[in-house]
Amino acid sequence: MLEVKNLHVSINGNKILKGINLTINAGEIHAIMGPNGSGKSTLAQALAGREEYVVTDGEVFYNGENLLELSPEDRARKGLFLAFQYPVEIPGVSNVNLLKTALNEIRKFHDEEELDAIDFLNLIKDKMKLVDLDESFLKRSVNEGFSGGEKKRNEIFQMAVLNPKLAILDETDSGLDIDALKVVANGVNKLKSKDNATIIVTHYQRLLDYIIPDFVHVLYDGKIVKSGGKELAFELEEKGYEWLKNGEEKVVTG
Amino acid sequence: MDNTEVKKIEELANQEYKYGFTTDIESYSLPKGLSEDIIRQISEIKDEPEFMLEWRLKAYRHWLTMKEPHWPNVKYPEIDYQEIIYYSAPKKQQKLNSLDEVDPELLDTYKKLGISLDEQKRLTGVAVDAVFDSVSVATTFKKSLEELGIIFSPFSEAVKEHPDLIKKYLGSVVPYTDNFFATLNSAVFSDGSFVYIPKGVRCPMELSTYFRINAANTGQFERTLIIADEGAYVSYLEGCTAPKRDENQLHAAVVELITLDNAQIKYSTVQNWYPGDKDGKGGIFNFVTKRGACRGVNSKISWTQVETGSAITWKYPSCILQGDNSVGEFYSVALTNNHQQADTGTKMIHLGKNTSSTIISKGISAGKSQNSYRGLVKVSRKAENARNFSQCDSLLIGDKCGAHTFPYLEINNSSAQIEHEATTSKIGEDQIFYLNQRGIDTENAIGLIVNGYVKEVLAELPMEFAVEAQKLLGISLEGSVG
Repeated sequence: MLEVKNLHVSINGNKILKGINLTINAGEIHAIMGPNGSGKSTLAQALAGREEYVVTDGEVFYNGENLLELSPEDRARKGLFLAFQYPVEIPGVSNVNLLKTALNEIRKFHDEEELDAIDFLNLIKDKMKLVDLDESFLKRSVNEGFSGGEKKRNEIFQMAVLNPKLAILDETDSGLDIDALKVVANGVNKLKSKDNATIIVTHYQRLLDYIIPDFVHVLYDGKIVKSGGKELAFELEEKGYEWLKNGEEKVVTG
Repeated sequence: MDNTEVKKIEELANQEYKYGFTTDIESYSLPKGLSEDIIRQISEIKDEPEFMLEWRLKAYRHWLTMKEPHWPNVKYPEIDYQEIIYYSAPKKQQKLNSLDEVDPELLDTYKKLGISLDEQKRLTGVAVDAVFDSVSVATTFKKSLEELGIIFSPFSEAVKEHPDLIKKYLGSVVPYTDNFFATLNSAVFSDGSFVYIPKGVRCPMELSTYFRINAANTGQFERTLIIADEGAYVSYLEGCTAPKRDENQLHAAVVELITLDNAQIKYSTVQNWYPGDKDGKGGIFNFVTKRGACRGVNSKISWTQVETGSAITWKYPSCILQGDNSVGEFYSVALTNNHQQADTGTKMIHLGKNTSSTIISKGISAGKSQNSYRGLVKVSRKAENARNFSQCDSLLIGDKCGAHTFPYLEINNSSAQIEHEATTSKIGEDQIFYLNQRGIDTENAIGLIVNGYVKEVLAELPMEFAVEAQKLLGISLEGSVG
């Protein structure tokens, strides 16, 4: 589904990603872990197509297509979803209006009919249950005045409605208490299928107690320095990132 | 059809053309420049009664003593008032045979606005077949209005048919001495609308210049007078979302509204005159005086405006709250793009007891435009328990435009309750990226944010007007974000 080859990304001329290689197949959950400043969020934003994140080298193929040539909206329409680390507030635009517009734009792109009001409402009511959100929430402006937990739940709710092929969760666990964390994890687990894939970007191992990844990659200084199964996460939790730093020359880059 | 019959029809057609109203005005065209003589001729062309001419002349003589004001936050080249033609026959639009002959860019805009094919033809001057008979539609309307005693006619007709009402109310809200442009309008106004709603009558339909016959090309110096008698109600729509081009650069209209006891007028405007090109060349100077007087107790005047057109917009639809318990409202969206300038707002003058006013102003600036809100809330000494709520918001798109707020308060009665809120926000790249990431392209993303921002005001517009206005905002912002 996703093939990242030797990806180099700079922001304002600063090299952040220095040759990422990553292959993700449908049905898989990948966790990308790493200390602050290692380039985790840069990878997420670059895949979503944020303009300031300049790709200086490398290639990314998404379902066989050159992802880097697509506009951010076309990436989204083709099923790439980014759950933001810091979801932005959009005053005056209600959650329901955003979702309706987004869903219909995506449907239009695929030559599908727009959903009528009733089908749409049924769909979103169904998906709201996944993340335990109240209906009154639909009329509120996007993320405006939301608590940290509500913002993150809203991201997962949008993901549920838009039903992406590849979801990237950028530090979705940060700032969540344990209950909110469970709600978010539960939502992600229920959406998992053999046709979609998920990338979980996280600093802590905590979220991985609830979402079991198939693969764990450790990002350090713009490179993936270690890849492994879910046990790698526990090892990291135990030994800390210092362990990698000290043993950097010994690990095989993946 | 035999030959004689054809001939007869031709004759009939020619006859009508020969004696029709349009032919009459076409035979007159006045030279440019302004003088008493020109004003006498305007009055003569319109076959006006003596009192009207006298009024025009008084205005003209007063105008000669006035100087053009320059206090608003707008810049424009000097206007040479002797270079303007004050009365020209409506330009006969070249009739086109089909929409294929119309500028495709214009048609594209119409399509985006959702304007019907028939209406597109009317706007672009394509000959319309007999099936779409706007005249008969208008006549039907007029008849049902007449049955209720409602007068809705071109201003020039009302001057002749209802001189008593004109004498009583014309200039009673905006006197001919009021300001430079209103005084000029009083001297040379070409035509406009007159509405009178009799006691206790609720006008059953939205009145719109749209349905009025002979309304074409009265744009330059328009004069509108609306009176709602005791207990009456009317909703009036001015303008059209469809873009209109006009050769006349200076527009100086005057609108006067009067509500008597328990009466209500709701006045909605969508203004989309030619704003000039991307470099700021051309475009209309729209210098308008709009004012309403709540004369009676419990009366209400509500202004709603969506201003997207004109190179310069300079107007302050205002309310004089004379009657006790009277209510004034002002809901405004002013959008400027490219090199457009707008200095707009309102004046709420509280004179009666327990009067209240609401001001909701939403400015949107894009491109290199300048957008100013200027508003006055005045509470007179005798206005016990006056209340005002003002909210003035500015939204910036890009970093080359400007938003300015000039709120003035004059409170002379300590029982007044005045609230003022103001915000300035910017459409951020992070907001746009967020929406892009949900599959919404940048143009729609801006449309979504802007429409969210103005929805409070659009909610005040009649339904179908609101839908068009929403689309219009999107179109007016096209290309504003690179």
